[in-house]
Amino acid sequence: MLAGGEPPANINLWNVSMFSFELLLNAIVIGIFLGGFYAALSIGLSISFGLLDIVNIAHPAFIILGAFICFIFNSHYGLDPILIGIISAPVFFLLGLLIYRIYYERFEKIGAEPLRGLAFFFGLMFIVEVILIMSFGVDYQMVHADYIDYKATFGVIDIPFRMFVPFAIAIVMVIGLQLFSSRTFFGRAMQAVAQDSLALRLMGINPVKIKMIAFGLSLATCSIAGALLVIIMPIEPSVGRLYIGQVFAIVVLGGLGSQSGTLIAAMLLGLLESLVTTFFGPSWSPAIAFSALILVLAFKPTGILGRVGDTRG
Amino acid sequence: MKINRFYLGIGACLVLSYLATAYVDNQYYFFAGFAILQLMVMALAWNILGGYAGYVNFGSAAFFGIGAYSAIVVLELFDATFFTQIIAGGCFAGLIGFATGYLTLRLRGVYFAIATLALLVVAETLIVNWDYVGGAAGAYVLPTKNPTILGVLIVGKTEALFGNYKELLFFIMCMITLATIVICRFIENSKFGRGLAALRDNEEAAECMGVPTLKLKLIATSLSATIMGITGGVFPYYMTFIDPVSAFNLDISVNALAMPLIGGTATWIGPVLGALILGGLQQVVTVTISSSANLLIVGLCLVAFVIFAPNGFLGLIKKYRKNGN
Repeated sequence: MLAGGEPPANINLWNVSMFSFELLLNAIVIGIFLGGFYAALSIGLSISFGLLDIVNIAHPAFIILGAFICFIFNSHYGLDPILIGIISAPVFFLLGLLIYRIYYERFEKIGAEPLRGLAFFFGLMFIVEVILIMSFGVDYQMVHADYIDYKATFGVIDIPFRMFVPFAIAIVMVIGLQLFSSRTFFGRAMQAVAQDSLALRLMGINPVKIKMIAFGLSLATCSIAGALLVIIMPIEPSVGRLYIGQVFAIVVLGGLGSQSGTLIAAMLLGLLESLVTTFFGPSWSPAIAFSALILVLAFKPTGILGRVGDTRG
Repeated sequence: MKINRFYLGIGACLVLSYLATAYVDNQYYFFAGFAILQLMVMALAWNILGGYAGYVNFGSAAFFGIGAYSAIVVLELFDATFFTQIIAGGCFAGLIGFATGYLTLRLRGVYFAIATLALLVVAETLIVNWDYVGGAAGAYVLPTKNPTILGVLIVGKTEALFGNYKELLFFIMCMITLATIVICRFIENSKFGRGLAALRDNEEAAECMGVPTLKLKLIATSLSATIMGITGGVFPYYMTFIDPVSAFNLDISVNALAMPLIGGTATWIGPVLGALILGGLQQVVTVTISSSANLLIVGLCLVAFVIFAPNGFLGLIKKYRKNGN
C-alpha cells in the first residue's frame, strides 16, 4: 500500500513544478504582448504630455471612444476592427486639432494656471464617459473577427491571436512613429517644439501649428489603440479610468517624450502585470500600474531614458 | 464688527438646521440637504489645496473612501462609537494625504494631480481585496438602538433630541460644514493662507522670499484630506451600507473639483455657492431626468466654466458689476 502510494505523490510534485514553469513561460509571453499593447495606448500620450507638455488626462477616454466606434461598425456592418480604427484615425486627428485650438486659445496663450487646463481635460474625460454610458449602458461590449478566437501552440506555449494581432499592430505603430519623429522634417520640428519653441519661431516655423498637428497625431493613435483594446477584451465606458495609471506610469517611467523609452517601460509594466495576474489573481492588477506610478514619481521621476530635471520645477 | 456678523451667521445656521430637524416632517428635504452639504464640505476641503495653493487633487474620492472604510475598521475592531469613527476616518485620511503629499509635492503640480488619481485606484483595489471590511461585496452598518450622550437620549420616537438617524446625521453634517467654513475663512485671513497664495502665484519667488513652500503644501494637503476623511466617516452610517464602488466613486472627485471651479476658487464663498447651485441642480435633474444626466451636466458645466469663466460664478458677478458701473 505504502509503496503503491509513493509514485503518484512524486509524479504529482513533478507535475506541479512543471505546471508552474509552463505557467511562468505563458505569463511572460502574454506579458510581452500586453506590453506592446500598452505601448500603443501610451505612445500618443508620450507625444502630448511628453513633448507638448499638455496633460491630456482624457487620453484613455478617447481610446475608449475609439473602441466603441469599432464596436458600432463591427456589430452593424461586420467590418474588421483594425480597419475601422485606421479609417477613423483621421477623424480623431481633426478632433485633436479642434481640442488643441480651444486649449491654446483659452489656456496656453493667456498663460492660465495649469490647474484650469487639467480641469478642462478632466471635464472632457468625464463628458466622453458619461455620453458613452448614456448611449450604451454599462454592459460589456465586444467585437467579432475570425482571428480573435484563433490560438497557435508551440510546445507548451500558447499564442492567442487575440493578444498577438494587437501586439503586432502596436509594434508597427510605435516603430512607425519613432521613425517619423526622428527621420522626417515634421517629426524633428515636433521634437524641437519640446526643446525650444522660441528658437523654432526664429527659424520661421509656427510652433502653434506644429503643436496642433502633433496633438492631432496623438489623438489619432487613440483610434487605433481603441481598436486594439476592444480586440483584446470586452469593454464598458468606465474602464478608461483604469488605464490612466498605466499610460501615465509608462510615459513618466519611459522618460517624457522618448518613444523608445515608452516602449521599454510598456514592456516592463506588461510583464509585471501579467506575472502578478497569473500568480496572485486578476483583482490585484489595477493596483500595479498605479503603485508603479507612485513609486516612479517618488524615487525616479526622470524615468529610464529621460532628461535630467524634466519632472521637477 | 464684521467678524461678529460672520459668527452670528454661522450660529444662526446651526440653530436653523436644528429647528428644521424638529419641525420639518418631509424626509426628502433631509436626504437632499445631506447630499448637498456633503458636496459642499468636499468642495471646501478641495479648495484648501486646489483654490488657495493651486494644486489639483483628482483623488478626493480616495480620501473620502479611506475615511469611510477607516470608520468601518474601527467599528469592527473596537465596536467604536459613531464619533470615534468619524475622528478615526479623518485622522487616517489625513495621514494618507500627508504621505501622498510627501512623496509627490516636490515635483511639478501635474504629478501630484496624477498621483492622487493613482491613489484612488490603489485604495479601491486594496479594499476590494480586503475581506475583513467586506471586500467587493461591501458591508452593512447598523446604527445602535437608543444612543445616549450624558444620559440624554439622542435618537428616539419620543422625548429625544432627534426623531430619527437621518435627522441626526443631517445636523452633524451641518456642524461639519459650518466648522469647515470657519476653518477656510480663518486660513484666508492668516499668514498660512497668504503663504499658500504666494506659492500659488509663483512658487520659486515664494521660496526665495522665505516661504516654507513644502511645509505649507503638506499642511494644506493633510488638512484637506482630514476634512474629506471626516465627511467619508459619516457616509457609511448615512447609507447603512458601504461598498468600494460607492465609496471610491470618481463622481465624488469630479464634484469636489467642479464646484469650487464653478463657484470661484478665491474664497470660501465660491465652493459654497458652487455646491448650492450645482448640488441643487443635480437634485432636480436626478429626480426629473436621470442620474447619469446629472453627471453629464456637472461635466458640461465644469468645461464651460473653465473655458469661459475662469474665475467662476463670483468672477462673473464681479465682472458684471464692473461693467454696470
